[in-house]
Amino acid sequence: MQLPDAELLLASLTAQMRPGIAANTALVGIYTGGVWLAKRLYRDLEVTLPLGTLDVSFYRDDFGQIGLHPQVKPSDIPFEVEGSHIILVDDVLYTGRTIRAAINELFDYGRPASIRLAALIDRGGRELPVAAQYVGAELALPLDKMLALEKATDGKLTLSLYNKTLRDNE
Amino acid sequence: MNNNPQLNRNGELQHLLTTEGLPAPILLNILDTAESFVGVTERDVKKVPLLRGKSIFNLFFEPSTRTRTTFEIAAKRLSADVVNLNIAASSQSKGETLLDTVNNLSAMHADMFVVRHSQSGAAHLIARHVRPEIHVINAGDGRHAHPTQALLDMFAIRHYKRDFHKLRVAIIGDILHSRVARSQIHALTTLGVPEVRVIAPKTLLPAKVERLGVHVYHQMAQGLKDVDVLLMLRLQNERMLSARLPSAEEYFKYYGLTQEKLAFARHDAIVLHPGPMNRGVEIDSAVADGKQSVILPQVTFGIAVRMAVMSILAGN
Repeated sequence: MQLPDAELLLASLTAQMRPGIAANTALVGIYTGGVWLAKRLYRDLEVTLPLGTLDVSFYRDDFGQIGLHPQVKPSDIPFEVEGSHIILVDDVLYTGRTIRAAINELFDYGRPASIRLAALIDRGGRELPVAAQYVGAELALPLDKMLALEKATDGKLTLSLYNKTLRDNE
Repeated sequence: MNNNPQLNRNGELQHLLTTEGLPAPILLNILDTAESFVGVTERDVKKVPLLRGKSIFNLFFEPSTRTRTTFEIAAKRLSADVVNLNIAASSQSKGETLLDTVNNLSAMHADMFVVRHSQSGAAHLIARHVRPEIHVINAGDGRHAHPTQALLDMFAIRHYKRDFHKLRVAIIGDILHSRVARSQIHALTTLGVPEVRVIAPKTLLPAKVERLGVHVYHQMAQGLKDVDVLLMLRLQNERMLSARLPSAEEYFKYYGLTQEKLAFARHDAIVLHPGPMNRGVEIDSAVADGKQSVILPQVTFGIAVRMAVMSILAGN
């Protein structure tokens, strides 16, 4: 299966987001792929508020089934969440459960004025009422496939398709 | 299959009973997870929903304020429900056995037990006895082990010194009666610290302590030379009565950590102490409150480390 070029999708996402960036807009990337994208967007869109990162492991709804993710990264929200306009950035939007967890975590830092969502790929399959304002591309994929963003040593982003294993979701 | 009672059949941590025999990746995973919890405890809302609906029982058969409180705070910050039982003052004094107490609490649908007991092996006994979905954390058993204390010390050492592989670490004081020292030695060795020393009078050292892989010193001047990390131990007052030491004053003279003795160590050495401190016995106030002391950050790290242990266990 031919996958789209991640760099082209990111360029399209950047162009879509540009009109929506103001002085009180903050980007928050979700580990791992979303953080790579958010770093690039942060640089190219010249966002003034510092970049945030979230690891939603402590807020996931599947802790009871699969336990704690073995490589949790510290979340870092270095700006005042109260009253800010946040754009969450993730690589693949699927069931919406990661986004639910990310929104819950953000509210433990304060009450943002608004939260939007940017995703490189929307592969459908939503299990929660979540929608992205900015999408690089929509892509229908078989249920047993997992789509992952990967970063080469030179920083170039690519998409890869894997067969689902027990621990993976989204 | 493995024979380690702390691991489940997938090799994951099922109970935390001792640092002895735990592989380095498991210890490092606890430290890495704790890094993420440090951020949580600095937020406005110092709580995550991870253990929502879980019941954690603090079973303290021996008095403790700090350890019990930090376990309680850690559990509450994970959104668990915590019940504190001071068993010294309750049913055991009416003659109930340890396992009957545990059975009763299991019937109340406990998910985790945090156990402090004066008898070595008490937490192991409970871990062997409980149903497989229940997790046990040893919060100190007799002279045997105090794994979360050792892990929070490892967290503090890594925080200030970064790499375990280049360090000289000295453990100073009553090694003989110390569960903390035993757990520290196993953790330091597993994490690759090349030189672990113990400094104590002969009467406060276990026989053949060298077998644990430590270098033995009886004098502070030699023992502290070029040391990066000083792990002080509490000198328990009751030891004075047992004729192992002439007096607190004499102990302080030879082994009490003063600025003068600290100068034998590296200039950037850090000083840790598990608390509660006996100022003027094992440590001088000028050192305890001095710039090389990381004794209060240790307490803060202790909460993050206990959150990490509880959440890793509950998820396995």
